[in-house]
Amino acid sequence: MNGKKKSNPGCKTALAPYSLWAILFVLVPMLFIAYYAFTDNNFDFTTDNITRFFTSVSNVRGDDGSVKEVHTYLLILLRSLKLSVISTIVCLLIGYPLAYRIAHAEKKRQKTMMTLIMIPMWMNFLIRTYAWMTILQDTGVLNNLIGKIGLPPIHIIGTESAVIIGMVYDYLPYMVMPIYSIMTKLDNNLVEAAKDLGCGNLAVLRRVIFPLSLPGVLSGITMVLIPSVSTFYISQKLGNGKFFLIGDAIEGQYVANNLHFAAAMAFILMVILLVFMGFAKYATGRYVYGGDAA
Amino acid sequence: MKALSKILTILVYIFLFAPIVILLIFSFNASKSLSVFSEPSFYWYKELFRDRHTLEALGNTLLLATVATAISTVMGTAAAWGIHRLRCRWYKTAIQTVTDIPMTNPDIITGISLMLMFVFVGQLFGARDSLNFWTMLIAHVTFCLPYVILQVLPKLKQMDRSLPEAAMDLGCTPLRAFLKVELPEMLPGVVTGAIMAFTLSLDDFVISYFTSGTGFETLPIRIYSMTKKTVTPKMYALATIIFFVTLGLLLISNFIQNMDERRQNRENDSAM
Repeated sequence: MNGKKKSNPGCKTALAPYSLWAILFVLVPMLFIAYYAFTDNNFDFTTDNITRFFTSVSNVRGDDGSVKEVHTYLLILLRSLKLSVISTIVCLLIGYPLAYRIAHAEKKRQKTMMTLIMIPMWMNFLIRTYAWMTILQDTGVLNNLIGKIGLPPIHIIGTESAVIIGMVYDYLPYMVMPIYSIMTKLDNNLVEAAKDLGCGNLAVLRRVIFPLSLPGVLSGITMVLIPSVSTFYISQKLGNGKFFLIGDAIEGQYVANNLHFAAAMAFILMVILLVFMGFAKYATGRYVYGGDAA
Repeated sequence: MKALSKILTILVYIFLFAPIVILLIFSFNASKSLSVFSEPSFYWYKELFRDRHTLEALGNTLLLATVATAISTVMGTAAAWGIHRLRCRWYKTAIQTVTDIPMTNPDIITGISLMLMFVFVGQLFGARDSLNFWTMLIAHVTFCLPYVILQVLPKLKQMDRSLPEAAMDLGCTPLRAFLKVELPEMLPGVVTGAIMAFTLSLDDFVISYFTSGTGFETLPIRIYSMTKKTVTPKMYALATIIFFVTLGLLLISNFIQNMDERRQNRENDSAM
């Protein structure tokens, strides 16, 4: 049989449409981002779009009324990174114990608990976010409840906390899922062995379970960080438009039809994310799957 | 300690469901308020079905999702079958890397990149508005394809490689062997892949936002423009309906997966 060693011709025919599609609509469009980022309106080469991102300044009035000059887009980028990193950490702090708990429940309960985690994702994310807006409003459901208990109302909407709540809410399931799935695959004998050798519960968690679940943690971190750093709806609705994020900036330039500058910002975001993903992959390879870890 | 962790877990679930429950409740509110519930009524559901634009957007969404699902399911299934059989190492790695791109890229990058290409090509041909139904369809097929492939591929990996060969040795033509042996094995993956593609397409906002023209509005885009102004519970009624439709679809897909698992367990048992 010569069909065993060579690929049979049928499979290349079956793959051809998809290969062509992937080149045309995945790879080529990515090149267009770079092309637009480094050209001006006449499609002549320029680095202005990129430099504009790093040098553009504007005046901001601080809380005390003083006017400060700031780097507009760098500030937006840093704010995006800050809010998304905080959201990711909050997701990890909530998601890890939760995934642990679900993975250690009875088999039947596990399935229901995971389904319940995923159900909110089936609600359109615009509406989910909007629902939070109506909850957190100064006269919203939350303040109604607080008022009934007799406590003074709290002001959340339009603050960074509101944006973080929105991000955590929208992306928490992405943190729980990979951690849960790696924990169910974890070899229980290792836990038993550690206990036999005198490990307490906390030590088992710290020295056995946590290191083994790191790949899940890392993929959870990527799955939360990437959508939250690039979001543009959450910040508009829950931040009352006061906290522009990089996604808002890109969307704003798209609406204003400044496609070249929008592309430049998308390009910069893409480079940052690529560096981050490269780092995450390196970290997984080195510290999780052996390497020279003792 | 145990009690504390239980309370915390319950709190997380309350956090996850609070907005949804509130939304469901207020969609039945008689008044316009989104924070004070007056009395139950179907008023906003009736209003919803009187809103021509929203109904049109719903029709558009269903049309787009159906066509995108059909194309991505057929192309993705063929691709998965091809990838599985491929012996050429570099081609396999390359195609798997490219398949990962739309899933790891943020939606905004996928959307912007496709939009730039469409606008550029449109300008080449002198079109004034280069974004329309077709550009959206291309975008939707593009982001659905990887999910279909990733649902079908594991089914092929589970299959005994010698089965199609045995069928051919027993006189089946390759096509017949494919239809009789491989396709039934792939089918659960194909169906769950198709359902996933359909729900992803229904739900997508960001990529649609960048690749849609002025003439063709889908439901998420309609919701986006509705939330720019003050919102009435009409939108909550819409959300409630979409929620239950999606819920239904995913329960069906879950059911199919369960049946498939059970069937496999049975086969494993009888093989032992």
